[in-house]
Amino acid sequence: MDRSFVAKNPSVLVFLAILSLFALGVTVLSEGFGIGVISTSFVKTLGKALCLCLIAVAMDLVWGFTGILSLGHFAFFGLGGYMIGMWLMYERTRLIVVDSLAQADIPPTSAEVVDAIGTQIFGVVGSSEFPFIWAFSHSLTLQLILIVLVPGLLALIFGWLAFRSRVTGVYLSILTQAMTLALALYLFQNDSGLRGNNGLSGLQNLPGVTASQDVVSIWFFWASALALGMGYMLAAWIVSGKFGSVIRGIRDNEARVRFLGYSVEVYKLAVFTLTACIAAIAGALYYPQAGIINPEEMAPIASIYLAVWVAIGGRGRLYGAVIGAAFVSLLSTWFTGGQAPDIPLGFYTIKWVDWWQVLLGVSFVLVTLFAPQGIGGLFDLLSNRHHPDRHGSNLGPDDGALREKEAS
Amino acid sequence: MLRLFLAGLAILCACLTANAQEAGLQPLLQEHQATISKSSRKTIKPAIDAIAASGLPQAQAMLETWVAKDMWMRKSDGLFFAGEKADGAYVLTDFDTGEVVGSFEKSDLKQLKPNSGVRAMIATALVQFQLTDPSRSKRAAALQSIQRDPDGTLLEPLRASIDDEPDADLKAQKQRLERLLTIGYEADTAARVAAIKEMSGDLSVDVRAALNPLVVTKRQAAVEVPTEANVTVLLEPGSEALSKADAYDLLVASDLAAPLISADDIRAALAANIDGDRVGDIPVAQLNIDVARTQAYAALAEAGVAPALITQADIDAALGAHVFFETYAEPSPEVTAVAEKALEQIELKVGVNQMLDLTLDAISLASIYFLAAIGLAITFGVMGVINMAHGEFIMMGAYTGYVVQQFILDHTLSIIVAIPMAFAVTFAMGVAMERLVIRWLYARPLETLLATFGISIALQQLAKNIFGTQARPLTAPGWLDGAWVLNDVVSISYIRIAIFVLALIFLGLFLYIMKRTRLGLEMRAVTQNPRMAGSMGINPGRVNMLTFGLGSGIAGIAGVAIGLFAKVTSDLGNDYIVQSFMTVVVGGVGNIWGALAGAGMIGFLQKGIEWMNPSNTLAAQTYMIIFIIIFIQFRPRGIIALKGRAAGD
Repeated sequence: MDRSFVAKNPSVLVFLAILSLFALGVTVLSEGFGIGVISTSFVKTLGKALCLCLIAVAMDLVWGFTGILSLGHFAFFGLGGYMIGMWLMYERTRLIVVDSLAQADIPPTSAEVVDAIGTQIFGVVGSSEFPFIWAFSHSLTLQLILIVLVPGLLALIFGWLAFRSRVTGVYLSILTQAMTLALALYLFQNDSGLRGNNGLSGLQNLPGVTASQDVVSIWFFWASALALGMGYMLAAWIVSGKFGSVIRGIRDNEARVRFLGYSVEVYKLAVFTLTACIAAIAGALYYPQAGIINPEEMAPIASIYLAVWVAIGGRGRLYGAVIGAAFVSLLSTWFTGGQAPDIPLGFYTIKWVDWWQVLLGVSFVLVTLFAPQGIGGLFDLLSNRHHPDRHGSNLGPDDGALREKEAS
Repeated sequence: MLRLFLAGLAILCACLTANAQEAGLQPLLQEHQATISKSSRKTIKPAIDAIAASGLPQAQAMLETWVAKDMWMRKSDGLFFAGEKADGAYVLTDFDTGEVVGSFEKSDLKQLKPNSGVRAMIATALVQFQLTDPSRSKRAAALQSIQRDPDGTLLEPLRASIDDEPDADLKAQKQRLERLLTIGYEADTAARVAAIKEMSGDLSVDVRAALNPLVVTKRQAAVEVPTEANVTVLLEPGSEALSKADAYDLLVASDLAAPLISADDIRAALAANIDGDRVGDIPVAQLNIDVARTQAYAALAEAGVAPALITQADIDAALGAHVFFETYAEPSPEVTAVAEKALEQIELKVGVNQMLDLTLDAISLASIYFLAAIGLAITFGVMGVINMAHGEFIMMGAYTGYVVQQFILDHTLSIIVAIPMAFAVTFAMGVAMERLVIRWLYARPLETLLATFGISIALQQLAKNIFGTQARPLTAPGWLDGAWVLNDVVSISYIRIAIFVLALIFLGLFLYIMKRTRLGLEMRAVTQNPRMAGSMGINPGRVNMLTFGLGSGIAGIAGVAIGLFAKVTSDLGNDYIVQSFMTVVVGGVGNIWGALAGAGMIGFLQKGIEWMNPSNTLAAQTYMIIFIIIFIQFRPRGIIALKGRAAGD
């Protein structure tokens, strides 16, 4: 089975080879383990980009292959980040508190330690009590389980509600966007139990680890690369089998798949929930590298950007999603970081910090209009693949169906 | 009590000084010379009262001079005069005679500078003179001052001034104020009860402010219930109203029981009594559990170095030995009973009016949502085009209004110009967008969503580059300022009324265009079946272009209206885009009545949830969206769903 899977999907092997070469190269060039050509902050940027690639793979699975344009996957991403952030913050604060309480004459009771941690963490929102959602934050194992459990459950419930009432197409997009907005607004409250708009901070410090950030950043980089490789393999395995054929069928003509006797809702729900879990894992790896998470990150616009990456990379092919996410997010970092040279026009100087968004927006419209296959379409030119001629008809009548121009 | 006493003192002084009236104000001032020249808030009261009660006509002028810091004391004999600076020296005028006494050097004089506390007291004393002042505005100001700071001593002068009040309006105000002061300060219980009964059912804030202090209760603990207290209710410790812990705290607060030993106290006591590495025979290292700490503390208490722990049995015994009750601060039970009843009546009336106010709020919010969504009801509802840049059209409309105001300074005229301008700008923008982008994507609605999103972020950033990140003002004309106040509870600002009217106008306009014009007919035809419409000689491309332009143009006008009360920033549209889509989806696509119903539902829902949890508008929005998600489960096609062939699939 495994042999035939690789044989059927040579692109997976190529992708994994490139990914490991990239990881190796960055390690050699890094400050922590190599010759120090790449700064630690850039290693973190690359690591974060890998996490974004992973969530883009998830997005491609749910949008490019199943035809569900979800504008809520960044909410799952953020939730994953919150889940790991809770443990990181609790444990780090605990170490500090235990340290400082040990200075006192009387050794502290465990209740006193918990109270002191609560005061430290929730002081900013004027509280000192642990909300019940922090009940498991003392345990890394439980919190790691929650990373997939909480977003997975949310996706399951939401998806079940949405799919069973046959909400499809743009309505589903709007509904997922509403869900994201509701979640972000909820987290913005101070009494949400997750520190309101302060979010969770100091996540870059691993509790109990004395190694410098140079080293830790490489660890996270590896972990992100590993997660991306595994996620990519999983996604490729899913879309290459019979399951993959069914979800592509749902994308192109949902009604016909239903008439063939498949339970469309179950397939959609499975894909939606699975991708939510992948997104959550990506988030759990992303935010320790970013160091801070707050509800702003989960605003609906982030999820739309995710769709933008996938569309620019080329939806309906997994490597397209990875390329799109890496390309746009790194380019965005380059432009907004002030590294791009200004363009003097004589009467006006184009500062890219101000104009990058305009460029992104316009190029996005252009890609949608003129290059629906995205960057991934370039690979078809290289490999000299020709589209099957459908005489102008599209793959299916559904809103998410691929059109002839973008199919490959 | 103190007030009554002081009032009595003032009357006494008045009697005493009645004899001195012939002698004028100066002897009176000399009587209180020490306190006046010291001018301390704590001691000045008798002096001011005496002056006020003297009944002398010149007292008012004297007090005014004093407040204005123009009163001077001659150091040589300690007499007080009104001083005025002239040629480097000070010209002193006698209060009684009004004659100039002479000019003095500053070194011979002492200026009296009453501090703000004293000035406030003088001002209160002045009020009674001002109540009968010939000038109407001064009398009105005096009434306002009493309202701000009611005082029992003003009751008599106020009553005395009512009959001679020539102005009917002021007379009514005075009578009303007299009732309110009677409730609070009259000595005669029957008069107070009558006043309360008279004022019950009045919605004004000041009535509630007068009644509320009467029914303030205080929790007390004692060995037995005092006979003279006006007891509201007896409380049982351990009941819902009074937990045992609260009851014990009450005992501690009234010094009837020893304070509980808290965990912190135990810790501190243990830390203070470390003996080597043991406390009370328990090793310090073992003190990290509560049981060991209690044990160690018990040992300390036994040794007498710390107060004994208070056990549950001690607490129960203390609670059993005392009674707990609530008393009114107001001693008369008759007054409190009537006041409670009056407040209950008022509460009921306030509740009804609050519902009315909430309804008005909800209607106004609904009309804002409707206005923001009506353009979308055309582009999304009728054409099925997801336009994520709709919010940016609203933003562009608002900025158009701002730019117009830069050139036309008259606010009324500028708004009249801005509305068609905003329509023109966003109409042109919408037409351009439809021709350049959207028409290629009619078969790919999801891509439309993404392409228009690209336009949305580009437009937002452009606006940021042009207008900067700070909010720009779009000022409403003066006649829209202020609010329509029905009573103290119900009020609505004129801008919101204007937006409601605008929403109604647009509803009418939309219906007219869709049902009565050629364009509307063609629009409906193209929406239902573009090919058939095309074969009937309608140009679907042109109709689509105009429809999209119309929807965008209306969004622009909505932007002007929204800009009048919201801050005009580049991300103005973000605040409305999701709600607008919600409105259209909840209401039902392709139907203006659906958008209306959706806006109404969302508006009322949001206000309703806010009313239940007023401190938290974020939570209200969260719950509203969750409600909508669930609502879609039951009516996936919205409140008003299209039926038959118009429904499409």
